[in-house]
Amino acid sequence: MQKIDTLIPDVQIKNLSFSYDQNRVLTDVNLDIHHLDSICIVGPNGGGKTTLIKCILGLLTPEQGSVTVFGKSPEQARLRMGYVPQYATFDPYFPISVMEVVCMGRLGNSHGGRFSSADRAQAVAALEQVDLGGYGKRSFSALSGGQRQRVLISRALASGGDLLILDEPTANIDHTAETHFFDLLGSLNKQMTILMVTHEVGFASTFFKRIACVNNQVVIHPTSELTGELIQNMYGGDLQMIRHDHRCCEGGHSHE
Amino acid sequence: MNEFFQALADPNLPFFRYALISGLLASIPFGIIGSLVVVRRISYIAGAISHCVLAGVGLGLYLQQAVGISWFTPFVGAILAALLAAVILTVVSLHAKQREDSVIGALWAAGMAIGLLFIARTPGYNDPMSYLFGNILLITKSDLYFVIILDVVVVAAVSIFYNKFLALCFDEEFARLRGLNTGLLYLALLCLTAITVVLLVRIVGIVMVIALLTLPAAIAGNFARNLWQMMLFASGFCALFIFSGLWASYSLDLPSGPVIIMIATVVYLLVVLVLRKISFGRA
Repeated sequence: MQKIDTLIPDVQIKNLSFSYDQNRVLTDVNLDIHHLDSICIVGPNGGGKTTLIKCILGLLTPEQGSVTVFGKSPEQARLRMGYVPQYATFDPYFPISVMEVVCMGRLGNSHGGRFSSADRAQAVAALEQVDLGGYGKRSFSALSGGQRQRVLISRALASGGDLLILDEPTANIDHTAETHFFDLLGSLNKQMTILMVTHEVGFASTFFKRIACVNNQVVIHPTSELTGELIQNMYGGDLQMIRHDHRCCEGGHSHE
Repeated sequence: MNEFFQALADPNLPFFRYALISGLLASIPFGIIGSLVVVRRISYIAGAISHCVLAGVGLGLYLQQAVGISWFTPFVGAILAALLAAVILTVVSLHAKQREDSVIGALWAAGMAIGLLFIARTPGYNDPMSYLFGNILLITKSDLYFVIILDVVVVAAVSIFYNKFLALCFDEEFARLRGLNTGLLYLALLCLTAITVVLLVRIVGIVMVIALLTLPAAIAGNFARNLWQMMLFASGFCALFIFSGLWASYSLDLPSGPVIIMIATVVYLLVVLVLRKISFGRA
């Protein structure tokens, strides 16, 4: 792990705008994410959540403005980021073992795409972190949705790195597994900065330090503002799902 | 039945041995590349490359017979056309905003058209049938060397870069994030596919390439727990289909290409039906 300069934010976004063809998805986004911060990204579908994290990962190039990660370009900082993509995009019949999926996280750290025994040891450790210790030889396609999701998380953990980015990782996980998952994130957050896209605010409010509402623009709220009372006011009851027709705060932004 | 083996042993029928040996040796790259094509879901790209081969064949015939450039054989033309198609398809997939499948379709048809036009302008009678539908019995000793070279190249490339190809096929985006040059890797995959397709054209012809490339891999995918097992099983199935297809075509006096494809298709359907039945039985 590399030394972290705590004075430079892990992620620094300045005046970022992004369009797909003529369609402006993100406008004038400014965001600093400091080391060991934990941010939950919420917002309506099409609001730009995934676009925002793809700009941070360097998979998309901003139309205007700049993104720096650990003071460098996203491409240069790539190997210091761990990424958990949306689970729904995978071919369910792909012939691959759990261990092979997790080892993919070590690609880039090894030369020529061959895995050393240290790489394998790290992959095994990453599988144990998500409670799938004995599952290495199993077929990825034979696992349940929740287990596959945990395999993808452990693939990101196998990468190491200082910034963990997750795109809706709890979508296929049941309640018990979700509690474990946030315990895991909590322990990881001691060494890593965490950025997670989600649809659920229940656990998010207790775990994350800040919440970013993304809907073309990005507005950050400290989670402390988001008391149980405020959530009730916002969502009209004890809801798990976020409704996106809410007004987030007085005088602030509104969705739609 | 024994006539088949007598024909194989007959010193006056060397082409028959070449056909069988090259078919069995070629099963190795067919199984390996076929598996990658199936899991990456690019069988239509392989189809487009295969149809572009006719453009190269036509150009080769024309340059040899009308212009008199003797080294530019249809085979050289086929290799060049297939590689060019691979490069074009890579560029389109990486950069073009157009719908990729429209470009694949255009290339598919244009390749055929160019080939047929060159053949029309080539003096003498040139039958495109053997290129379209294949004729393994036309394989010569020099083809055999090409098969052996292809075996070495494909096995070496895929075993050295196995983990990278696996990542490219399973999750290209993640592979990119791990610092892999996925564009270059994809180009390598399509170029390997291109030269494999040229060899497939010799055996089953342009039109039926997709079937012999994808059916063995699709069958193998039902039994394989990971990609290298799929490659191994696919090569085995492919060898089985070529062997039994040659045997049946000899015994029944039918063209080898269609017989091989029909055997592969029937086995594929049977496997799908039987597996479906088993999974219904369980449920």
